[in-house]
Amino acid sequence: MTGRKTAVTTPYTIGVPPFRPGEKADFGGKFKEQPEDLPRPDPAKSTAQDTTAHASGLVRVLTDEHEAKGEWIPEISTEKLILGLEYMMRLRIFDDRMLKMQRTGKLSFYMRSFGEEAVAIAQTMALEDNDWIFPSYRQPGAQFVRGRDMVSMICHCIGNTEDNVKGRQMPVHYTWKEGRFISISSPVGTQFSQAVGVAMASAYKGLDEACITWLGDGTSAQGDYHYALNFASTFKPPVILNVVNNQWAISTHQNLATGGRTFAERGLAYDIPSIRVDGNDFLALYSVTRWARDRASAGLGPTHIEVYTYRAGAHSSSDDPSAYRPDDEFKYWPGGDPVERLKTYLIKSNQWDEKKHKQLEQKIDDEVMTAYKEACEFGDLASGPYPPASTIFTEVYETVPWHIQEQREELGK
Amino acid sequence: MAKMNMIASLNSALAHQLERDENVVIFGEDVGYFGGVFRVTAGLQEQFGAHRVFDSPLAEGGIAAIAMGMGLNGLRPIAEIQFADYIFPAYDQIVNEIAKLRHRSGGEFTSPITFRTPAGGGIKGGHHHTQSPEAQFTHTPGLKVVYCSNPYNAKGLLTSAIESNDPVIFFEPKRCYRGPFYGDPHKVPTWNSHPDGEVPEEYYSIPLEEARIVKEGSACTVISWGAMVHVAEQAIKNSGIDCELIDLQTLVPWDRDTVVNSIKKTGRCVIVHEAPKTSGFGAEMSASIQERCFYHLEAPIIRVTGWDTPFPHTTEWDYLPSPQRIADAIKKTQEE
Repeated sequence: MTGRKTAVTTPYTIGVPPFRPGEKADFGGKFKEQPEDLPRPDPAKSTAQDTTAHASGLVRVLTDEHEAKGEWIPEISTEKLILGLEYMMRLRIFDDRMLKMQRTGKLSFYMRSFGEEAVAIAQTMALEDNDWIFPSYRQPGAQFVRGRDMVSMICHCIGNTEDNVKGRQMPVHYTWKEGRFISISSPVGTQFSQAVGVAMASAYKGLDEACITWLGDGTSAQGDYHYALNFASTFKPPVILNVVNNQWAISTHQNLATGGRTFAERGLAYDIPSIRVDGNDFLALYSVTRWARDRASAGLGPTHIEVYTYRAGAHSSSDDPSAYRPDDEFKYWPGGDPVERLKTYLIKSNQWDEKKHKQLEQKIDDEVMTAYKEACEFGDLASGPYPPASTIFTEVYETVPWHIQEQREELGK
Repeated sequence: MAKMNMIASLNSALAHQLERDENVVIFGEDVGYFGGVFRVTAGLQEQFGAHRVFDSPLAEGGIAAIAMGMGLNGLRPIAEIQFADYIFPAYDQIVNEIAKLRHRSGGEFTSPITFRTPAGGGIKGGHHHTQSPEAQFTHTPGLKVVYCSNPYNAKGLLTSAIESNDPVIFFEPKRCYRGPFYGDPHKVPTWNSHPDGEVPEEYYSIPLEEARIVKEGSACTVISWGAMVHVAEQAIKNSGIDCELIDLQTLVPWDRDTVVNSIKKTGRCVIVHEAPKTSGFGAEMSASIQERCFYHLEAPIIRVTGWDTPFPHTTEWDYLPSPQRIADAIKKTQEE
């Protein structure tokens, strides 16, 4: 784990990243926390006090030798784990394809989940199918878990005639009601407190549903984060509140996002059970999320999770991280690569092999390429066609009011 | 019919909605056990249960956010913002999130929220219990903006606001909760003897797109909303000029036909609101009217508004449009 680093300058203390460009990244080797450090409290009885050690520590399942150990080993079948691996591989291949398309102008902008693939995928797999997903822009992977067609996702990103949000939003701002994947918006953190309302509505209706939401370490400075924790603490709806601490908010290191202790520990002050988990450990993420879900089913309300991970790629296609951190910093991240770690674990435990992995990789590659070609048949941002201009004027209100109708007629389309 | 002040009629509208639609929930600061600082939700928690009418933590941004979440998951939330001055912590949630949800999601998600909020001056509230920020919301596509003015239209309009599948900002002129306001702070009538204090106890609604012609006339059209409707009414009486008075009621979308037909008849127009003049909704009305009615106008359109200053405390009667200022404007339209 990285310690907090600050520069003592007068008159303020300024948080600084551990390393700057030109410096050698060295996080001190592997995590010192081990899978057997922390017990797994009974989710049907647990209180915030039971998680004090979990909020300052780090829940892990996979050891540095790629074995599963400790009380947090989840109940999960081999088939499900391989499916998780497949979703993560698909997300990475999909992201790479989309970034290449962005470079050719087929879409205006892109954001990869590189290095954080386990987050949305393991966590969504730990939930029930009817649970609500309220993502930030780094959780599109949840859609793979819920079975969204890649063609539809690409059509959104390239803003063509089949974009289900009709060319109104930037790429990666997915909406998919069928999968209970709630519309992503650019203002960061707003979804966190909205998710509390979604969960309150589920509770109001007496349904066994939970809502999961995420925001980043940087965004946890927003009021919405604190509204969410306070409202969740007050009303205790079934909501799973995740701070994805991926170390970087564009160029702002997490050492500048808070002067406090871990992000997870903030939840304890709100009397919400709070757990810090290795975000690159698929098994640990799955397990902690399932634990949170079991708490929700037991009627105990919210859980707060710090997902400790590393943003291996740029913030977005508009960002160049080599300007503010060592270019190879991610190679030294103690959490490693979530895809490699799950793969190695599965191989080591004789649930998987290199040959199958290669075949799967090829299959996904082909699927992504096929989906990409199919999506491009409906147009792309570089060459069109786009959704008709009339979509500017529709769905602003349930029906088009006279003043907007007049403006549509003025445009004449 | 029953005699009701605006507090009672709003309460009646809320009770009917709680009764008719199990997805309606009401929350906000002090709205539950206590029944609201203005008493609009009095008795509702007792009648309908604390899960449907409840107090929230003191965070307007959080109130708006949970409203959006509840709304998109099938409920029909009514959130009270205790004073319109305090709506700004919720501004991001309202403007960036709630107003755009339907559009940005391609129509897949919607959140039918009503924000009720007491607005306007006349209660010695100083800078921060007095503002009338309707123009801050009329400029945001995706929101409907409503401003009631009396017990009868308050109940009918609130009913339509709640039943609307679009988010609505519903302004209540707090000065008129207990009686109409004719611009004289020393004469405080109640709704008891006013015809619009006669309110059906049963359910009814008033369409959101319709303005109300308070008084027909031929010499000048006076357009207003909220508490200023009554001040304008007094001013018209004082002026002795045969004016048509329009209570706009809904600002977005406003009633084009009623306004345009009136101006075409009178050829003259005075717009009255208590919010500051610059970029106030009166500017929008004035511009729209000249676009549509230029060749029917006999005189420049005049706006009588609050000043472009923060709202004062002790000198608020010099800030609010007075019957005198409005009457002078009406007379001026007759000089051309």
